[in-house]
Amino acid sequence: MSKNKHLVFTLPYILWLALFVTAPLVLIFYQSFLNINGHLTWDNYRDYIHSATYLQMTFNSVWYALVITVITLVVAYPVAYVIAQLRSKDFWLALIILPTWINLLLKTYAFIGLLGQHGSINNFLRFIGVGSHQLLFTNAAFVWVAAYIELPFMVLPIFNAITAIPTSLINASLDLGASRWQTLTKVIFPLSKSGVAAGIQAVFIPSLSLFMITRLIGGNRVITLGTAIEEHFLTTQNWGMGSTIGVVLVLAMLIVMVLTDDNNKKGGA
Amino acid sequence: MKKLLSAVIFLLAVIGGLTLWNRQLTTSRQASSPTKTLVIYNWGDYIDPALITKFEKQTGYHVDYETFDSNEAMLTKIQQGGTRYDLAVPSEYTVTRMAKAHLIRPLDHQQLPNLQNIDPRLLNQSFDPRNKYSVPYFWGTLGIIYNDRLVKNPPQHWNQLWEPRFHKQEMLLDSARDMMGIALITQGHSVNTTDTATLVAAEQKLTHLMPNTRAVVGDEMKLYLERNEAALGVTYSGDAAEMMAVNSHLHYVVPSEGSNIWYDNFVIPKTAKNTKAAYAFINFMLEPKNAAQNADYVGYATPNRQAKKYLDPEIINNKAFYPDERTMEHLEVYKDLPRKVNQTYNDLFLKFKMTK
Repeated sequence: MSKNKHLVFTLPYILWLALFVTAPLVLIFYQSFLNINGHLTWDNYRDYIHSATYLQMTFNSVWYALVITVITLVVAYPVAYVIAQLRSKDFWLALIILPTWINLLLKTYAFIGLLGQHGSINNFLRFIGVGSHQLLFTNAAFVWVAAYIELPFMVLPIFNAITAIPTSLINASLDLGASRWQTLTKVIFPLSKSGVAAGIQAVFIPSLSLFMITRLIGGNRVITLGTAIEEHFLTTQNWGMGSTIGVVLVLAMLIVMVLTDDNNKKGGA
Repeated sequence: MKKLLSAVIFLLAVIGGLTLWNRQLTTSRQASSPTKTLVIYNWGDYIDPALITKFEKQTGYHVDYETFDSNEAMLTKIQQGGTRYDLAVPSEYTVTRMAKAHLIRPLDHQQLPNLQNIDPRLLNQSFDPRNKYSVPYFWGTLGIIYNDRLVKNPPQHWNQLWEPRFHKQEMLLDSARDMMGIALITQGHSVNTTDTATLVAAEQKLTHLMPNTRAVVGDEMKLYLERNEAALGVTYSGDAAEMMAVNSHLHYVVPSEGSNIWYDNFVIPKTAKNTKAAYAFINFMLEPKNAAQNADYVGYATPNRQAKKYLDPEIINNKAFYPDERTMEHLEVYKDLPRKVNQTYNDLFLKFKMTK
């Protein structure tokens, strides 16, 4: 009876995994070996490796994802740490999470209003006498908006990891003569590493394939692999090449998972 | 466990109920429909709704109006079947594609007496010789839009976009065919060039436009230009009309040396159930007065020669939207290119976007 129960509860999960995780991955992998006429071939991978455009684009994607991740981490760790110390932490955490309730595109459009020639930021700059600047369509604007959008996904796991640390450990560290700074770097940070790793995965991986923000805020002056995938699927309908780039992204994500997982184990040992 | 089970049963009951209801709705509609209903599949906000009401009153047909937002989406939906659109409005290259795939029916010109109202210069185009399958609905061009407060001596020709005085001032379209087409025109080639060497040379030329480029965007261009975010843009006449309605400092130019001319056209899909009503509707929309009213609402250029006398002369004489004879001769329709060539256009354009 209990075994049957087990099956009933796991079946939906197994079906879900098979239909929405395994099957799409297998399909992408299969499609990546098809050329535009539907014949099996290695050509997509060969073209990819021999194309300076694609390699440059891959480098761009990884580089921007890295920059976005580092910025969010630098901002998110202190934020998560401070919120974890506050009395009304639920309220402050809710404020961080609130923007994720708003549609991604709407937030992006809001930034167009902020960053524009006649937007609030340039109005302020003119007011204090600095004069207006071209903010939209710059790399900095792209990185800023992307980091803003990804921020909650970094704060949450770190916050959870920090609040999970028993207060007795921190008290023991302080009692035994460690300074506040030493407690932070030698006790709290190592113990919250799992949260940092989870945060890095949650930010780096989606950042690799951002594409709407590259066009709306970056004005397509920032080109990442997401742009190429969109073009192959929607415009040229070369699904084979689009899938090949998809496979490359999946590989890049796997590498990130393995790297962050390793760190985690060292931290725990 | 019991709770879960009852929840599942409840959900299944709801789904079953909805399915039954849906079936009943569709059958009851079909029972009353085939001869009485006309199903139109058009772009969003692309017809004066008052005309639909007028058509319903005049003929007694009931109109079901559905919309799409890209040719590809429309084509896929008709291809997959299960739909019963009596009329659809694809762009020219999609007409060719649909005709090749046998998705549309040849038109019986006997049933379209009002076809004679259409400007003969806009009939019998390469995408559909002798209008075997399609009737032009609206048409337009690709051109340059500029803001008169930010640009002195506005450009009249594509080549002028490369002038250093427009440093970082221009918004380009995120569309391989359009931007490569412009580069090809400046080098004296057709927008339907298929020769790889010529295309590579055009991409080279396009690369030199990058210093003047502020952004490569899609529909957002409207938003940016309306807000004076850039001085110049490459855009379609239809979008230009929309922007100009919002910002009176914007103006539109069609370079006389050549550009793309596009058509949106009525076609009757293979899946149509009520072709009689479809013909009636096309004829109705080709009535000069109705065509004029529709053009007034939509803001695009009407192919209807007889309708022009009902339109504001200021619009009819605006060369930006109704170009003169000399410009018309140089306008070219996009042909449906082989996939391989299409790929080359897009690869080269992607390379262009990567230049710093």
